[in-house]
Amino acid sequence: MKLTLRVWRQKNADADGAMSTYEVDGISPDMSFLEMLDVLNEQLILAGEDPVAFDHDCREGICGACSLVINGDAHGPERTTTCQLHMRSFRDGDTIDIEPWRASAFPVIKDLVVDRSAFDRIIQAGGYITAPTGSAPEAHATPVPKPDADYAFEHAECIGCGACVAACPNGAAMLFTSAKVNHLGVLPQGAPERETRVLDMVARMDEEGFGGCTLTGECATACPKGIPLTSITHMNREWLRATRKAAKR
Amino acid sequence: MTDYVTYTTGEPVADTKAPEGPIHERWDKRRFEAKLVNPANRRKHTVIVVGTGLAGGSAGATLAEQGYKVIQFCYQDSPRRAHSIAAQGGINAAKNYRNDGDSVHRLFYDTVKGGDFRARESNVHRLAQISVEIIDQCVAQGVPFAREYGGLLDTRSFGGVQVSRTFYARGQTGQQLLLGAYQALSRQIAAGNVELHPRTEMLDLIVIDGRARGIVARDLVTGKIDTYVADAVVLASGGYGNVFYLSTNAMNSNATAIWRAHRRGAYFANPCFTQIHPTCIPRTGDHQSKLTLMSESLRNDGRIWVPKAKGDTRPPNEIPEDERDYYLERIYPSFGNLVPRDIASRAAKNVCDEGRGVGPGGQGVYLDFADAIKRMGRKAVEAKYGNLFDMYQRITDEDPYQVPMRIYPAVHYTMGGLWVDYDLQTTVPGLFAIGEANFSDHGANRLGASALMQGLADGYFVLPATINDYLARHPHRDEITDDHPEVQEVLAETEDRLNLLLSVDGDRTPDSFHRELGELMWEFCGMARTDAGLRKALERIPQIREEFWRRIKVPGTGEEFNQSLEKANRIVDYLELAELMCLDALHRTESCGGHFREESQTPDGEAARKDDAFAYAAAWEFTGTGAPPVLHKEDLVFEYVHPTQRSYA
Amino acid sequence: MARTVWDSTVGKKAVMAVSGVIMLLYLVAHVIGNLKIFFGAGEFNHYGHWLRTVGEPFMHYEWTLWLIRVVLVVAVVAHAVSAYQLSRRDIKARPSKYVHRKPRASYATRTMRWGGIILGLFIVWHVLDLTTGTVHSGGFQEGHPYQNVVDTFSTWYGNVIYIVAMLALGLHIRHGFWSAAQTLGVGSRARDRALKTVANVLALLLTAGFVAVPVGVMTGVVS
Repeated sequence: MKLTLRVWRQKNADADGAMSTYEVDGISPDMSFLEMLDVLNEQLILAGEDPVAFDHDCREGICGACSLVINGDAHGPERTTTCQLHMRSFRDGDTIDIEPWRASAFPVIKDLVVDRSAFDRIIQAGGYITAPTGSAPEAHATPVPKPDADYAFEHAECIGCGACVAACPNGAAMLFTSAKVNHLGVLPQGAPERETRVLDMVARMDEEGFGGCTLTGECATACPKGIPLTSITHMNREWLRATRKAAKR
Repeated sequence: MTDYVTYTTGEPVADTKAPEGPIHERWDKRRFEAKLVNPANRRKHTVIVVGTGLAGGSAGATLAEQGYKVIQFCYQDSPRRAHSIAAQGGINAAKNYRNDGDSVHRLFYDTVKGGDFRARESNVHRLAQISVEIIDQCVAQGVPFAREYGGLLDTRSFGGVQVSRTFYARGQTGQQLLLGAYQALSRQIAAGNVELHPRTEMLDLIVIDGRARGIVARDLVTGKIDTYVADAVVLASGGYGNVFYLSTNAMNSNATAIWRAHRRGAYFANPCFTQIHPTCIPRTGDHQSKLTLMSESLRNDGRIWVPKAKGDTRPPNEIPEDERDYYLERIYPSFGNLVPRDIASRAAKNVCDEGRGVGPGGQGVYLDFADAIKRMGRKAVEAKYGNLFDMYQRITDEDPYQVPMRIYPAVHYTMGGLWVDYDLQTTVPGLFAIGEANFSDHGANRLGASALMQGLADGYFVLPATINDYLARHPHRDEITDDHPEVQEVLAETEDRLNLLLSVDGDRTPDSFHRELGELMWEFCGMARTDAGLRKALERIPQIREEFWRRIKVPGTGEEFNQSLEKANRIVDYLELAELMCLDALHRTESCGGHFREESQTPDGEAARKDDAFAYAAAWEFTGTGAPPVLHKEDLVFEYVHPTQRSYA
Repeated sequence: MARTVWDSTVGKKAVMAVSGVIMLLYLVAHVIGNLKIFFGAGEFNHYGHWLRTVGEPFMHYEWTLWLIRVVLVVAVVAHAVSAYQLSRRDIKARPSKYVHRKPRASYATRTMRWGGIILGLFIVWHVLDLTTGTVHSGGFQEGHPYQNVVDTFSTWYGNVIYIVAMLALGLHIRHGFWSAAQTLGVGSRARDRALKTVANVLALLLTAGFVAVPVGVMTGVVS
């Protein structure tokens, strides 16, 4: 396959960026999208140019590092991560636009690499269960109904890639935040901090400069792990409940 | 041109920390004997933790909970992305919830036997004891393990054992456990007890007066190289499987932290013990950048086979039952498809070498779920393995519900690592190694679902108990600052190394060297090793290294985000480590676990150990790049599990 | 609590949802009242008068109506101010657009924002036209709503403004009702279809009900 790539190039956080055009040839349909970029970078290095910077690590769809907007879609045309997208999803002669996540809470570091540390700070605000090492009771002391355990798992699958923010026209982090709120909130172990968790995480989310939710559903469509849009609904309910409870105290 | 095939033998090395006495009392005894640091004084002690995977994340969180000041590093943009996240199958624990005859002693026994009698008994027993606490800890943190309808935890079986002791969270157990540790760490970061440096990579170790006192690290965003000093340094930087270029490791997993520590005096033990995982998706071409694992749990229900006839190119569904060879079930009837990894991998290699392999290049065997789908129904198979099947289909474009998966072994884990004593302390006082970075618990082969167990045991429970003893005995009243001459010297050396890389301006990319080294290692230091092959590799590696320093091309500068520079610098270390791996493999003329020397096999082609000559851990001391290292042997004493020829038949 | 709600994006959305639901309830009553026009001037004007006497003798003349008006004004202001502030925030959170644009990405948001602005302007005109009579086309007669309505819809622009606004209203309710349910946390996977159906039916009935009046005037059914 022969392809034309239009890639966002930006030297560093302060520099202006622009799209640059490159040609790559000899691309096999079995290559992953990132392996195709590896080919481009090998070319660029040998030509004495700066290779394209992009985040990637596990390349098996679980670490959440890769983060490219491909032809306007976060992670490209398939519902998966960029690293699990294969070139068979494209045709010979295609022109492909590659851009970084765009959101003011995710500033660009270089080329296609963005700073997603805002997500870490949302988790730090309350996305945990306080259980210092050594303090745990016997695991079977508290049975968890299977539907609750499954619900928790479904939300715990979030890989923190940020595709939800990238896809959202408002740059909102509601799906990310709600996934953690719901994962921990449904479990009996997470119950004592259920109210403070959702209030603190949402407050932090707002402070980080993410937008608000207009329920366009773009986040859930882009999510490679299939976190459902109802996750946001449930967080809203949790938040209102927590606000009422806090007011009573 | 190299003398590297020679080495000298130094004084034996011994673990002096494990107490004497009955094995099940040793850990209690050690914890009691270890000195403690007064809680009020802990704030005055700083501990550096490198890495935020299961071991590093759990250690950082726990040390901070105890009151120590922790400075933690990860090269990823977030601690949540450490490669522990990719572990799929599960975590072992001797809970015996199934009442199927499991016990701490059985887990201990299985692990020592599975490791082909090359692990230290005291450490393994402690691991088995702690395993039960890990599950409690993780459940309390909200890890959503799979559960039965009654609300209790579900378990499944893994290779090399006959009990069902593996706890799991669908095919994403590592992710869920890591997020648990990450969240605990996040809580401590928010509390100000952990100072986290993401996108920062350790480049060297600072040793002053014989003790580890800090590290040199580079901020990958700005390129700035800084020094960090502390009272102790903990390396939780993972394994070195990426020496092989193609492996199931993350692209950026690397050996720099442990190799630089080795160069500063920490012994490196059993570097040749690498685990080749039997169930990975075969490579499709030269462009391949990494290999993807298919969880071992698939072997619970999938059946492995190849055609009986050589060169049978019919599609799998057209090959009748009596023309298929379910070779694992045939050779190992009592464990069947669930033999340990090293055995399954070698068996796959053997049938492929016979010309019975399937798929492109004959480098693959079938993992077939047709029977499981018939027995349990597609729905049940989907519920158990759905995400793995999806992943397989995405990568290969084949539907595993319709046609059998094709799998082939790939480098997955390294049992070798920095030598540590019972306290997990290396030969450099004040330098600790935990998780995959150390060598301690798995011997010559790791059982499935034991890496997660070991990482969390080290991080949550072992290190936080043992490091107290070191800190209490070495209060470090002598303040060391960043302008200390020895700190500055290490900093200067690091800067020089990076500048040298940038200045060569040759004509080959970092990846081209990495790929070349990886292919060489896979061929000669992979699944089957020979004297001649290893000697050949030992001749080639210095040549590649020499060429590297002549022809490497690293674009850009050191004062910016520069991924090529990161890569090249890691390859510098691989080029030295690879040599030690080959030497270790050459010197160990026995076969054991994942280390298979063709010269040492039983008539049936199984690994033949030589306990008289090699019942030791080989701890290597660095003497200079390309210079003959010194071998220090730690004799392994087996008081509870007596070495036998492993039998899974 | 009020502070927490107003300061949070989630809380502000809840304010929008609640005020939206209040306005929606009002519109349901409004459209039922409107349809009385098809039963002649007598019944319609009588209904108009009754609106001022509701609650008597407990309430004084027009008290109830004013109460409703106050609640509505509060709802409209709360709805508009939160919408404005949230939109400002949203645009700031996503300052640069993708070079490769996907129009569908912001379809619902855009319909809500532009639809909201259209509706806001419409409400002003509507009040000035049929409540105060300030911009009324024929001679506005207090207490004769039937004639006033016929006058308005006897002009082409009266019809255009009204019908366009009602179509915008339909679209606004269609996303807004479902959206409010999500914001207030009453949505669920099981209920999603039902909520979407109710939203569509409400949007359709309200739009059809309101548009029926100008159509009636134009076709001469109402004159």
